[in-house]
Amino acid sequence: MVIATPKRIKQIKFGLISPKEFRKMSVTRVITADTYDDDGFPIEMGLMDTKLGVIDPGLRCKTCGGRAGECPGHFGHIELVAPVIHVGFAKLIRKVLRATCRNCGALLLAPDEKKKYVEQIKTLKKMGQSTEDIVNDVFKEARKAGKCQYCGEEQQEIKFEKPTTYIENEHKLMPTDIRSRLEKMTETDIEVIGMDPQNARPEWIVLTVLPVPPVTMRPSITLESGQRSEDDLTHKLVDIIRINQRFQENREAGAPQLIIEDLWELLQYHVTTFIDNAVSGVPPARHRSGRPLKTLSQRLKGKEGRFRGSLSGKRVNFSARTVISPDPNLRIFEVGVPLEVAKELTITMNITPRNLEEVKEYVRRGPENHPGANYIVRADGRRVKITDKNCGELADMVELGWKVDRQIKDGDVVLFNRQPSLHRMSIMAHEIKVLPNKTFRLNPAVCPPYNADFDGDEMNLHVPQTEEARAEAKILMHVQENILSPRFGGPIIGGIHDHISGLFLLTNAKDKINKNDALELLGKSEIRELSEPAGKENGEPYWTGKQIFSQILPKELNLQFKAEICEHCDVCKGVDCENDAYVVIKDGVLEKGSIDEKAIGAFKSVILDKLMKEFNPQIACKFIDDATRLSVRGIMRKGFSFGIDDEYIPIDAQTQINEVMTQAKDKVEKLIAAYKAGELEQLPGRTLTETLEMEIMKELSKARDTTGDIAGRHLGMDNSAVIMAKSGARGSMLNLTQMAACVGQQAVRGERIKRGYAGRTLSHFGRGDLGAEAHGFVRASYKSGLSPTEYFFHAIGGREGLVDTAVRTSQSGYLQRRLVNALQDLEVQYDGTVRDTRKMIIQFKYGEDGINPMNSDFSKPDAVKRIIDSVVGKVKE
Amino acid sequence: MKEKEPTGREFKPLEHRMVPRHEILTDEELKKILVEFNIEKEQMPKIRVSDPAASAVKAKVGDVVRVTRESPTAGKAIFYRLVIV
Repeated sequence: MVIATPKRIKQIKFGLISPKEFRKMSVTRVITADTYDDDGFPIEMGLMDTKLGVIDPGLRCKTCGGRAGECPGHFGHIELVAPVIHVGFAKLIRKVLRATCRNCGALLLAPDEKKKYVEQIKTLKKMGQSTEDIVNDVFKEARKAGKCQYCGEEQQEIKFEKPTTYIENEHKLMPTDIRSRLEKMTETDIEVIGMDPQNARPEWIVLTVLPVPPVTMRPSITLESGQRSEDDLTHKLVDIIRINQRFQENREAGAPQLIIEDLWELLQYHVTTFIDNAVSGVPPARHRSGRPLKTLSQRLKGKEGRFRGSLSGKRVNFSARTVISPDPNLRIFEVGVPLEVAKELTITMNITPRNLEEVKEYVRRGPENHPGANYIVRADGRRVKITDKNCGELADMVELGWKVDRQIKDGDVVLFNRQPSLHRMSIMAHEIKVLPNKTFRLNPAVCPPYNADFDGDEMNLHVPQTEEARAEAKILMHVQENILSPRFGGPIIGGIHDHISGLFLLTNAKDKINKNDALELLGKSEIRELSEPAGKENGEPYWTGKQIFSQILPKELNLQFKAEICEHCDVCKGVDCENDAYVVIKDGVLEKGSIDEKAIGAFKSVILDKLMKEFNPQIACKFIDDATRLSVRGIMRKGFSFGIDDEYIPIDAQTQINEVMTQAKDKVEKLIAAYKAGELEQLPGRTLTETLEMEIMKELSKARDTTGDIAGRHLGMDNSAVIMAKSGARGSMLNLTQMAACVGQQAVRGERIKRGYAGRTLSHFGRGDLGAEAHGFVRASYKSGLSPTEYFFHAIGGREGLVDTAVRTSQSGYLQRRLVNALQDLEVQYDGTVRDTRKMIIQFKYGEDGINPMNSDFSKPDAVKRIIDSVVGKVKE
Repeated sequence: MKEKEPTGREFKPLEHRMVPRHEILTDEELKKILVEFNIEKEQMPKIRVSDPAASAVKAKVGDVVRVTRESPTAGKAIFYRLVIV
């Protein structure tokens, strides 16, 4: 087979096609609406004429001689008996008609004005900018003229009725009239309205010839019953030809004007729907079943159209999709692949002297014996399926120059993806590990970049097929190369949930770990030595959690920072922090402080940030692997659970809470009384009612916070929810407050709940009741349980949140799409400037400062300070 | 169009603290910039003559204006803009 060399596109020109050109590119005139004769052969000068290309195997194209598949297809044409308007340009015609003289066709502007506009259009074109504004100005100015200054003709108002009717003086303009008017326009006038007379004369918008698309783009399919089913476009063309014929017959027979006009309108309708079947004001043409036809416009437009559906996005082979589940024992750059998937996905190996024996082994194993091979491609290009029966035989036949589709096996690089792919970390390269069971397994530390969880999420896997693709994936897309996010210059991969709780429990507690337990904790890491024990108890050596954690730190790491549990005291005691919130790592030993979200959490980890920026990705990656394994064993050593009893607070605390609530209620009532008495002091810029609402909200939220503090005093660091909230693993103290003390005010649009019945929210309250309970204050806690009215208000607040998220995702999705479309071609050049594809400068220095945000310090400009500190020996705080 | 008599009380955009410094490039400066970035004048970002800041420095169509902004990360950030109609 001869493969034509690809040609480079130098330029693209847009314009209108003239009737002359339509006829020139046409291979045949189409006159009959019939497609096939009784023997099933295409009829000449019909819609399926073999000159237009062939789709049936066995036939040859009469134009190019190619068979089905070789012949690209050729255009034909229909001579329209009467001209019709192209819907896509109907609005342009309206503008041009209003701007030109009804008699002489001249543009209704003074000659010097025309000159001025042409100049402006030329300069804009030179600078590559849109001429739209100027052209609109031209139309606006020309429309104002009441009389033609060239022939003196009085101008008439032209009414436009969607989609293709123009009315002048209550008299309908026929397409022939319009066409003859547009024909009168001079070339210079056409230039003033921003068109190029060589490429697009306005009268070409009024169609006299209709191109018939090649058969290859509207193939008919043969149903099982042997019946032929035609494409929507063919159906539409049949309609057009039928009406065209009827029109001609009627006109020749001298039918009355009324009938001619009806037929003309019908022809216009069919041509309109042939071009676009979703024009407003035109009933869409339908198939016999009632389904609207998919015509030209519909093929291109929208998500499933040619551009978004076929060109920008395609369906692919060598991919797999299934549910994901966690496996903290995998390394972060691994992905567990079900055996069934591994047996189906293949990589093509070219057989060389170096891999001949290896390939033979794969073939010998056959398709059922993983890792085996599924197909052989012989030197002549023939594909042979490897089966259990022929694999031995084929293995002996394999020779140089053949290709073998080998099943993927442990260590192969694949691309792993979760939709929506919002940033580049949504597709990363993983190394596969073939595992039993039917889900993809991944280390939970890589959930943040994919935004994945395990509540039924599915992910896709793609196998790169060439060495170049694999190399590129491994170098650019490998998980460890993507630990730092280019969004904020910090690690996006890191510990989540139990990873944080686990290491926090391990490093914060003062308990003593004996040798057995220490080895158990570190068992899965590749640590084979323990440090000096911290001391001896009953003659047994013991280690602290901090020591155990230190084992997985690189030996050269020096770091000091405030942990997440830091309470931001007025004066920081630094190393002597009594909350153990000041972390000191010296030469890879955790001397002080607790490991929490700030240390290993995704988005926040200071340790990972340092490892990525001052060590290397491999070390950072190894650290995450070890940390996730250690943390899981750390949390299992203690056990970690939460139940309703953990929300229990003692009776006296409960009484205190009740007291606070009663006080708050009193205060609210006082506020209302003051409001009603007109004694409430108005806040600046607020009405009296708004002031009252604000004061009430303030009072109630203060009350809730106070109850939260009371409850918090009784829930200490022995409470697992408190541990999670304080260490940053999950949840917040607010969540805990709501569970144990008081749920608080429910709000809709940031205000107390007001809607409902006339003058009240629910019939349980009096009309005009401004009190706390009547407007959605939930005094109860989740543990104590909500009263029916509280429950209802809570549902209102909850529903608003739900609706908000649904609306937000769709809105921000579209916003992002527009932003990406606008920015996708911008590029940072080697000289630091940002330019578009025309090499126009967008920014003289990328982001004003030329800094790659990925290499910045959590987007803060103090990287310089850090470097200076590290040089002069001070350790970064 | 006739220019209005100055009353001495006009708003002066350049003196506002939110308006960055605008100045017209001399021919030599412009030449240097064009060489530095290896561009034609038309490849620069644009500013309208009617822009309050551009008209305050009395820029003409075809001039290039240098805009110097304070930047939290870069200290000073310099932009150039070609004056257009």
